[in-house]
Formats: sequence, C-alpha cells, structure tokens
Amino acid sequence: MHTVVDKARLSPNVTRLVIEAPRIAEIRRPGQFVIVHRGPGAERIPLTIADADRERGTITLVIQAVGKSTEDLVALEVGEGIQDVAGPLGRATELIESGHAVCVGGGVGTAVVYPIALGLAESGVKVTSVIGGRSKEWVIFEDELRRAGEVVTCTDDGSYGRHGFVTDALRDVIEAGGVDAVYAVGPVPMMRAVAEVTRPYGVPTFASLNAIMLDGTGMCGGCRVQVGGKTVYACVDGPEFDAHAVDFRELADRLGTYREFEAHALEVAHRRAAEKDEAPIHAPDGSCLIPALATAAEQQEAAAAAGEPKG
Amino acid sequence: MTDQPNPTPDQGVPGASHGDSEFQPAFDHPLTPRERMTIERTHMPEQDALARAANFHEVNLGYSEQLAVLEAERCLQCKNPVCIAGCPVRVNIPLFIELLRIGDMAGAAASLLGDNALPCVTGRVCPQEIQCEGICVRAKKGSPVAIGALERYVADWAMEHPESIPVASPQASGKSVAIVGSGPSGLTAAGELVKSGHDVTIFEAFHAAGGVLIYGIPEFRLPKDIVQGEVDRLVASGVKIEANAIIGRTYTLHELRERFDAVFIAVGAGLPVFMNVPGENLKGVYSANEYLTRVNLMGAWNPESDTPILRGHRVVVVGGGNVAMDAVRTAKRLGAEEATIVYRRGKQELPARAEEVHHAEQEGIRFDFQVAPVEVLGDENRWVTGIRSIRMELGEPDASGRRRPMPIEGSEFEIECEMVVVAIGTRSNPLLTASEPDLEINPWGYIVTDEHGMTSVPGVFAGGDIVRGAATVILAMGDGKRSAHAIDAWLGGAYPPTGEVVSGEPAAVAAE
Repeated sequence: MHTVVDKARLSPNVTRLVIEAPRIAEIRRPGQFVIVHRGPGAERIPLTIADADRERGTITLVIQAVGKSTEDLVALEVGEGIQDVAGPLGRATELIESGHAVCVGGGVGTAVVYPIALGLAESGVKVTSVIGGRSKEWVIFEDELRRAGEVVTCTDDGSYGRHGFVTDALRDVIEAGGVDAVYAVGPVPMMRAVAEVTRPYGVPTFASLNAIMLDGTGMCGGCRVQVGGKTVYACVDGPEFDAHAVDFRELADRLGTYREFEAHALEVAHRRAAEKDEAPIHAPDGSCLIPALATAAEQQEAAAAAGEPKG
Repeated sequence: MTDQPNPTPDQGVPGASHGDSEFQPAFDHPLTPRERMTIERTHMPEQDALARAANFHEVNLGYSEQLAVLEAERCLQCKNPVCIAGCPVRVNIPLFIELLRIGDMAGAAASLLGDNALPCVTGRVCPQEIQCEGICVRAKKGSPVAIGALERYVADWAMEHPESIPVASPQASGKSVAIVGSGPSGLTAAGELVKSGHDVTIFEAFHAAGGVLIYGIPEFRLPKDIVQGEVDRLVASGVKIEANAIIGRTYTLHELRERFDAVFIAVGAGLPVFMNVPGENLKGVYSANEYLTRVNLMGAWNPESDTPILRGHRVVVVGGGNVAMDAVRTAKRLGAEEATIVYRRGKQELPARAEEVHHAEQEGIRFDFQVAPVEVLGDENRWVTGIRSIRMELGEPDASGRRRPMPIEGSEFEIECEMVVVAIGTRSNPLLTASEPDLEINPWGYIVTDEHGMTSVPGVFAGGDIVRGAATVILAMGDGKRSAHAIDAWLGGAYPPTGEVVSGEPAAVAAE
C-alpha cells in the first residue's frame, strides 16, 4: 500500500498527490513514469513522476481528473492509500548536456516537464520554460519551474502572462537564437503544434507520449505508435520520441478508443454519487461496442479531446 | 516426498485412511486387469455449449467422487508406467490414481502435491493427449485413462481440504533465491525451492501473481480463484511475493544477484507479435495479450470493472493456437454474434489442443482455414471494418513438419468485422536481458542456458518461455522443477546436479 502523504489542488481539475514509494523515489530519473492501480476493480493508469523526495521516500504525481478512474484517484485523501505503484517505467529523458533548452508544458503536462527542466538545470543547461493554460487558474507549476530558469507563462484568454498559445511564445524564444533542444509535454495538439514550430529551425524536439497502456513493460502492445514510419512502444521505447517523426494523428486517434466507455463510466459514477444507482460501469448493451455508429464529427472531436494528457 | 504409503494394487479397499468417510468403492471386489479393460472412459461433465457461450463460468465441471473412483479403476497400474515419462514434471501418476481408487484422498493429494506444485492448474490446462494420456498403454486399445481429469479431482479435493495435507517444515538452508516472474515456471520453482528450505522471493511485474495463468488463460478454462488458491498455498509454505517489481526497471538483475544467493529468471515470452500488415494500428485491433489481459487480469468481462474492453458484433481472431482459441471464445462470451478464427493452414495443423478446438466448435465459433490477412480495413474514423485476406494452399512440409502455406494469387477477399485480435505468437521481451550485458542471449533474444538451466552468469538460472520460446504451461513448469533441482545443487556447492528430476526436453510437442 502506498499512502498519500500530501494532497493539493493545483487547478480546477488538476490535483497533486504525494505518495510513499521509497524504491521508486530512490532510482527514478526525469521522464520516467509509474503505473498506479488503486485497488481491486480499478484501472491501471500510467502517470509521469513529477517529482521525488529520496529522504522522505515519496514521489509526486500530478493527476488531471478526466474520467472515472482519475476522479477516483484524486478523491483519495491524505492517509488513504493506492494499492499498487509499479515503476519507474520507460526510458529516462535524453537530456542535452550543455547549451540552451526550452521546456514547453501545456495543462497538466507542465508538471511532467518539470523534472526534465530541473534535470537539465542541474547539469548546467540554460532552461527557458514556456507554459500555458486556458486562463490563470489553469496555470500550474510556475513557481517550481522558476527553480530551473526563466518561465514564460501564456494563457489562451490573456488573463495572466502572455496572451496566446505556448507555440507563439516558443517561436519568439527560438527566433532569438541559441536554442539547442525543445522538450514538449502536453495535449497531443499542442505537441504536434510545437513540432511544427521547431521543424523549420531544425531544433531537436522531444515529445512525451501519453499512449494507452496496461502493463508498461511492452507486453500488451496497446501503446504502439508510429515514429518515423516504424511502430514502437511508448512504454519501453519511450515515452519520449523525436517529435518531428511522431505520427501525432494516429496517437490522438488511438487515444480516443475508449471515449464512449469513459463517458458512460463517468456518468454512472456521478449518478451513483448523487443517488443509489446500480447501473453497471460497462453498459450491458456494450457502451464500448465499436461505434460504427459514431459520426465523423464526433470522432474529430474525439481526436481533439484525446489530447488530454495522462497526467 | 519419501514417506508416503505405497500400496500395492491389490491391497484392497477398506481400512485405508479415507479422506472422506463416505467413500464407496466402485466395485465390491478387487478387479482383474481384464475387468478393468472393460470399463469405458468416464466423460467429464461440462456446461451446456449454448449456455456457456454466454457466460464466463468454467466449461468443465469436474468429476464427482463416484465418477473419479470409476475412472481410477481403469488404470492398470503398469509395472513400467510410461505415463510418468510422458509428464514434463514427472508426476507419479499410477500412485495418486491408486490412492484415489482405494479412497485415501489425503495420500493421493500428498503424493500429487509432492510432484507438482500447481495440480489444479495442470489438471485443467495440460495437453494430456500428447503427454501422459498420449502414451498410456490403454490408448493402444481404446481410450487412455483420463489422467488429467483425475489429477484435477485430486487437486481440487486438496484445495478444499488443506487441513488434510501435511505441512512440510524443512530445515532452513540459510540460502536465498530470487525468482523473476510468477508464471507457471516461477511458481513451480518456488514450490520446489521452499521445500528444500531455501528463502524464496518472487518478483512480479503485475499487481497480481500467476503470470499467464492469471492474465492469459480465461476464467472459463481456469478460474482465477483456483490460481489464487495455488499461489496462496505457496505463500503459506513460505514463498514471498513482491508485486509491481519490474526487473530491468525497479531492480536490476545485478542487484538481485548481490542480494540473493541464486536467481531464477522465468519472465516468459512477453512481447506480442503483430502481422505487420497495413491497418494494424486502427482502433479495434488488439494483440491477444492486450485483449486477454483486459478481460482476465483486469476483469473487464465484469460490468463493474473500470477497465474498458471493446466489443464487436463480428470479431476475427488471427491464429490457430490455444491463445487464439481463448481469445475467440472470449469474444463470443462478450457478445459477438460472429466470432471467427482465421488460420493460414488447415484444421489438421491447428496447434491448439484438440479439446479447445472441439469446445470452440461446440460454442459456435467459425473457422476460416487456409486464409491469411493482408490488410486491416478501416472507415474514415479509423475504426476497423474488416480484413482483406488471401487464400492459401498447403505445399511441402516445412521445418516444423507442417505443410507450408503458400498464397494463391488472385484469391484475395474481404471479411467484414469490427474487431481483430492478433494471436500469432509472442517473442522475448528485452526489458530484463538488455539491462544485463553479461547475460548471453541467442539471436532471437531468448536466454542461453546449459543443460541444467544455468545462464552465462554463474548462479543465475532461467527457464520457461524466455529460454525455449513460447510453449505450454506444463513445459514451463518442467523447466521450473528442473532448474530448482539445479539451483539446489548450486546452493549446496555440488553443481552440476546429479540424478534426473525431469528431462530438459520432455516427450511433448510445443504449441506454436
């Protein structure tokens, strides 16, 4: 059992949990993730390790509540526990060893890019972080990222920091010259846009992919994604890849596989919370029946929504 | 086990220590071999095919005591019991059958458990027809003794009567062993090593122990509480299990080697093989590993599970092995109106167990033989709509002895479906081996061992699918038992081991 020792809400749907996981705290490196399983009946969810404290034996997970499983996780209170935490999984980020790196974080991805920024700064790399959110209340990890270097904060509505998308701010930083690498973590559309911004400049760009996973050891193949025309596994070959070679369209598409199931499960969970409701999580008619039914428009929306990162 | 009763066939019925006081012998006099030959093989009761195709309850229902004793009477108690040599873990088959026949259930259970750490499992999933039953002398004239069904009966009795099984308390050896992987090979090795007094810790990557027994083989063939029962029994005997520990990530092999006196690697062949055809990343295409893990380990067949699973009206499973049969029968149970096996060779060449194929046919599974997919087709939203396939003809036998399938030019056609499960095999997972350069692997990534199971790293042994490639539960268990014997010898400073526990290559045919 991994006890929650600290909990804080960072934005309207993003929560930080600090949990006991001494072994993982001791050996994890930037970019690596864990798979958590709250207990019997729960899903296994991949979550990137945002921070770790070796002395306390804890790791920090930053979770965006977008479905029943993530809502259940962020509902945990201090003192309660997560049954299983497996990791650290994935390859550590390939950190450049000198020069200037830009770390781009969107939404909950900002928490994921934080250990990368810190890792770079610790090895003497100049770090500029470009982070964003819909509005002020959605901006997270700004203070933490200042420990790594300069932070440019953007909001879509201009309520805080620079008005506009992170890509605009990123372009300005690159135009100023001297950028050696870009690390991007966020919704799929953001990472795709970042890749397109940096491509003409030839700046090496890495994206952390939030594919669907079960085991995190290469065994299920659910996280397969095309990089440079080759099928690779995000769990063992990644999670970070050359953003210029990733097939983001396929990634977004595959992330939408269980959208209908997730919507149904969330609805049931909310109904159950409101009243005594016995409806099953899996609809008996199969809310996960392959939707030849779903319209093209819905699907495109799914692809866009699928950009919600894992955490 | 050396202190078991060893009755002769004619010792008679009464007076033996009955596990069950209501025991009734099948006959009122000891039978002659001629009389035994007249008894016909007892059929294992099973769930009605139509009913079971819509539920996840076990298909086979098991013998009653009466049926078990009657079947036990069919065993001729051969002076030279060839059945034992046909068993990869060398179960003393005539002995447990005889103890069962005379009503000494505790004795039968103790004998069986002494030879086989997972009898509830093997009694259900072993391919007995090509092992013990395949060479039973009764098979020469009619049907062999139903050894698997009898094993299951005794094993289930033992699970229900733990108080009747003597608890071994071996003297502690002071040596420790790490086992990587809690599948059939690792669990078997653990059971053997703990009996020898070693301090055994199993490291499992998933949150639950059992490996393929728990993520791969479906509930309707091997109920998960049965697997849990076997695991619990090992834990009760002193085996420690550390879940969520991935060797190559959470710990390195090197660390295990420093912490433990010996290591046994039994991680299986965990990577799925895909067809490498266009459209394989469309939504609705699963590897069998992913499909079965969602349904079995994560319980997605249960409406209360948070883990989603796609359901299709028409599901195509590509492959012809036991895993393909498990996947297609699972799809049927999850509501598929048409669940179809697509296999590139013919029915004769199916690597799956005959019983599984038979059960699948009974449940209404369709078979498309001599067909190979060339493309997965999808709609504009990238959901699967079908597979384009090509018909095959069978040419000369290949290295495996089976006729080689060759595509028939111009024979391409489409099969409509919403879901495809790819069950064409697995390969080695480099996660562990890549973290240990000293560990010798072959060009396919499987670990190289000597004849006793020791790898190129002294004190590190390996067995099961990570050595032999994808095979059966029982072959993995045979490796576990053999390696445990070798590890015991290594720990005692007497390597290589003397005496044969189980041979490296039992008289069995590996599944594809």
